Amino acid sequence: MTIGLQTAAYISATVLFILALGGLSNQEKAKRAVWFGIIGMAIAVVATIAGSGVALSSMLIGAIVIGAVVGVIVATRVEMTGMPQLVAALHSFVGLAAVFIGINSDLSVHNFASDAERIIHEVEIFLGVFIGAVTFTGSIIAYGKLAGKIGGKALILPGRHLLNLIMVGASFVLLIMYMNHAGSWTLYAMTALALLLGIHLVMAIGGADMPVVVSMLNSYSGWAAAATGFLLGNDLLIVTGALVGSSGAILSYIMCKAMNRQFLSVILGGFGDATGPAMEIEGEQVAIDVDGVASALDDADSVIIVPGYGMAVAQAQQSVSELTRRLRAKGKQVRFAIHPVAGRLPGHMNVLLAEAKVPYDIVLEMDEINDDFASTDVVIVIGSNDIVNPAAQEDPNSPIAGMPVLEVWNAKQVFVSKRGQGTGYSGIENPLFYKENTRMFYGDAKSSLDQLLSQIS
Amino acid sequence: MRIGSPKEVMPGEARVAMTPDSATQLQKLGYECFIESGAGQLARFSDADYQAAGVTVVDSADALFDAVDVVAKVRPPVEDEVKRLKKGQTLIGFFNPAGNDALLELAKTREANVIAMEMVPRISRAQKMDALSSMANIAGYRAVIEAGNNFGRFFTGQVTAAGKVPPAKVLVVGAGVAGLAAIGTAQSLGAIVRAFDVRPEVAEQIESMGAEFLFLDFEDSQDGAATGGYAAPSSPEFREKQLALFMEQAPEIDIVITTALIPNREAPELWTKEMVAAMKPGSVIVDLAAEKGGNCKLTVADEKVVTDNGVTIIGYTDFPSRMAAQASTLYATNIRHMMTDLTPEKDGQVVHNMEDDVIRSSTVTFDGEITFPPPPLKVQAIASKATPKQPEKTPEEKAAEEAAAMAKAGRQQTQLLIVGAAVMALIGLYAPTEFMQHFIVFVLAVFVGFQVIWGVAHSLHTPLMAVTNAISGIIIVGALLQVDSNIPIVSILAGISVLIATINIVGGFMVTRRMLQMFKKS
Repeated sequence: MTIGLQTAAYISATVLFILALGGLSNQEKAKRAVWFGIIGMAIAVVATIAGSGVALSSMLIGAIVIGAVVGVIVATRVEMTGMPQLVAALHSFVGLAAVFIGINSDLSVHNFASDAERIIHEVEIFLGVFIGAVTFTGSIIAYGKLAGKIGGKALILPGRHLLNLIMVGASFVLLIMYMNHAGSWTLYAMTALALLLGIHLVMAIGGADMPVVVSMLNSYSGWAAAATGFLLGNDLLIVTGALVGSSGAILSYIMCKAMNRQFLSVILGGFGDATGPAMEIEGEQVAIDVDGVASALDDADSVIIVPGYGMAVAQAQQSVSELTRRLRAKGKQVRFAIHPVAGRLPGHMNVLLAEAKVPYDIVLEMDEINDDFASTDVVIVIGSNDIVNPAAQEDPNSPIAGMPVLEVWNAKQVFVSKRGQGTGYSGIENPLFYKENTRMFYGDAKSSLDQLLSQIS
Repeated sequence: MRIGSPKEVMPGEARVAMTPDSATQLQKLGYECFIESGAGQLARFSDADYQAAGVTVVDSADALFDAVDVVAKVRPPVEDEVKRLKKGQTLIGFFNPAGNDALLELAKTREANVIAMEMVPRISRAQKMDALSSMANIAGYRAVIEAGNNFGRFFTGQVTAAGKVPPAKVLVVGAGVAGLAAIGTAQSLGAIVRAFDVRPEVAEQIESMGAEFLFLDFEDSQDGAATGGYAAPSSPEFREKQLALFMEQAPEIDIVITTALIPNREAPELWTKEMVAAMKPGSVIVDLAAEKGGNCKLTVADEKVVTDNGVTIIGYTDFPSRMAAQASTLYATNIRHMMTDLTPEKDGQVVHNMEDDVIRSSTVTFDGEITFPPPPLKVQAIASKATPKQPEKTPEEKAAEEAAAMAKAGRQQTQLLIVGAAVMALIGLYAPTEFMQHFIVFVLAVFVGFQVIWGVAHSLHTPLMAVTNAISGIIIVGALLQVDSNIPIVSILAGISVLIATINIVGGFMVTRRMLQMFKKS
C-alpha cells in the first residue's frame, strides 16, 4: 500500500469518526452513527498494518484476538450501573498504552535532521508519557472509587496543592535534564512522579464529583493519544486524540457549570466552604406511608420523577419503570427530570432509565422541564438530594449557592424517597425536606417503590 | 397517664374532642383513653365505637373529670367544668383567654394547666394542631353549602333544553382559611367566584384557587405577615375605596360570604345596608363573622333573616358543629398532635415544656400562674416579605450594560488571540515545518471536536464517553508501528499496548451499541 493510499484511508477514517460523534445528536441517528466509528476504526487498523508493512506475527494476532475477546466479554457482561467503572477502566488503558509507546520511542534509535527537531521529539515523548501516566493511575483510582473498592471519601493530605506543584515542577526539571542528554532515567523518574500525581489528584476528589473526574480523564486520554500522534508524526492519531480530548473537556465544562463550580476547584478536590451561617430552616420533616403516596398518585394528573444516584445504588430503576408504565396506562402524564450531574457519569441516569425500558422521549433535561414543575401535581424525588436543594437559590451563604437546581418545590406535592434523615454528598441540610408540600417517604428506594407498586394496579 | 373527653355542655354543640380514631393514636402515645357516655352521639360516634377502639366509657362528666389527668374539650369550659379541675390536671380545648378573665382566674386557683387551642401560634411547625384553621376550613365549606341551600338557582351555568341558566356569582370577602375554603367550594360547584382581601399578598392564593381577585389600587396596603397572618384595621380612606368597590359589585352578586375578622375586635362592617338593598331578591349573604357582630349590620347571630327586598342573611355561628363528624375528626387530630408534642418520649407522660414555643404560647395557666398573654414568638410567625425589589433597570441601562459586557468579552477575545498568535509565532520560529503541519491539523481537529460535541444530546453523554473510549483506542496505530522493532522490550511493550487498545476498541464500540439499542421511543 502506498503512502498516498494510506493517507487517503486515514482521511476517510477521520471523517467517519467525526460523523460517529456528530451522530450522537439524537437517539435514532446515533444507532447508525456508531457503525461509522466501527468502519473507520477497521479502515485505520487495516491501512496501518498493510501500509507500514507490519508483519502479522503470531504475537500480534494473539494480542488482537485476546484483546477482542476480553472486550466482548466486558461489553456484554457490564451492568449499566457499572458503566462509570468501565469507562474509567478503559481510560486507564489508553493512558497505559500512551506511556508504553512513549517509552518505546525513547528506546528506539532516531536520527534527527536538526537539534530543534530532536528537542521537539523529546518534549513530545515527555508530554505523551506524562499525560498517559496521570491518566493511567488517575483512572485506576477513579475506577476503584466508582466500583466501591476504594472509599468514596476525598483524601485530603496536608499541603496537597504544594505537593501537586512540586511534582509538576520536578517533572519539568527532569524534562530539562532529559533534553540535555541526562539519560533515560529522567524519563522513568518522571513517569513514576506522574503516576503518583495521578493517584493523588483523584484520591482528593469525593464521590459526587466523579462525573467531572471521569470526563476530565476522558479528555486526558484524548490528549495522551494526540501527544502520541505528534510523537509518531501520525495525523490520524492527532485528529482522533483532539476529538476525544475536546469531547472530554466539554463534558467537564457542562458538569462544572451544572454545579456552579470552577473546573480547577473540582479538580483540586475538596468542597466549597460556606461564606456565612446557613439560613435557618423552619418546620420539620413529615413522613408519609405507602398509602399516602399511592392515593396522591391516584389523584395526580401529572407526575415528574427526579432520579439520582440513590436510585442506581438501590437498583430501583426497574421498579421506577414499572411505576411509570402503570401510571401512564392510567392516562397520567409521567416525565423524568434529569439534572446534568445526577449519577456518577454524564448522562448516566438516561442510560439506566433506557435500560429499564423507560422511553427516552419522556426523559427531559433540567432546562427543558424546570418551568413545568409549577403546573405539576406530584414530584417524586428518588435518591437525589443536592440537585433539588432550594438553598442553592434561597440562601446566598450556602456552599452550593448559585448551583442550578431542579425546582421541584414549586409542584403541588413532593415526595422524597430517601433512606434516612442524613444530608447529601455536600453535607448541606436540604430545606426542601422541611417544606410544607414535601413528604418524606423513608426507606430503601427499591423496597419502597415495590410496596408502592403493590398499591397501584 | 389518662386522657378523656366529656360531652360538650353547650346546647347545640355536636362536636367531640376525641374520636375512636384519635383514641387509637393516643393509645400509641401511651395514654389510656376515657370518654363520657354519649359524648360522640351527635357526631355519629357511638359508645360501642369507642369501646371497640379500646376507650373506657364512663357514665358522667364528674366521673370522667375524676378519672383522667388530661381533659380534652372543644368549646370553652363553663364554670362548673373548671371547678371540677384538680391540681395538676391539664385541660386542652378552646378557652377564649382574652375574654374569659373570671374562668382564667378560677383555673389558676384550681392550679390546673390550661392549654387554649386558639392560642396555638401560626408557625409552620404548629399547623397540624391549628384548630382555628381546621374549624375555619369547615366553616368556609359549610358557608357555601348553606348559601346554596337558601339560593334558588344553580351554582353552575347550564344550557338546557329548557333554557339557559347563568352561573351564580359569588363574592368572598376576606381570604383567610375560611375564605379560601369557601372560594374552593364555590368554584368547584361551578360558580363565578370573586374575592377581596385587604392584604394584597393573598392575591396569588386567591388566584391559585381559580377565583378573581378584586384589586383595590391603594398605596398604603397592608403587610399581613406583621400581624401573624391576620388583617389589621384599615385607614378610613382605604375603607371608603373598599366600600365603593363593594357597592359596585352588589347589584351583580348573587351570594356574598364575608369572613373578615380582626383579632380581639368587633368585626368590621363591610357589607352595608345600602349594599344589601342594592342586591337582587333571592340573593344570599352568609356572615361568618356573626359571632363578633357581623360584617353586615343586618346579621342576627345564630339566625337566618330575610330582608324586605328578599335577601337572605345567614348568621349561624355553629358551622363546624353542623358538620360534627368532620369537625370532630379534624379537631381530635389537632388535639392528638398537641398531645404528641406534649409527649416527647411517647411513654404516656405529659412533659409540659414551657421552653417550647408552641406549648408556651398556647398555655394560659400553668402551675398556679396565669401565663397569658404569651411572650412574642422566638421565630417570626410568617416569613416577612422579601426585601424590596431592586429598581427596575431602564432599557437604556440594560442596553448599556450589555454593550459593556460585549466590549469586555471582545477585549478578552482579542487579548487571547494576540497571546495565542504570539505563542504560535514563537513555536513557528523554532519548530521544523513538519511539526507545524501536524500542529495545524491538531488545532483544526480541536475546533471541529468542539463544534461537533456541543451538538451531542445530553441524554447521550454516557454513550458519547463509551464511543470516545473506543475511538481513543486508535492509539493502537502507534503501537502497531512499533511492534516490529528489533529491540525485544519495545516489541513486548508495543504488543501489550496493542492488546489493551483492542480491548478499548472492541469493548467501547460494543457497549455503545448495547446502550444505544436500549433507547426506545414511547
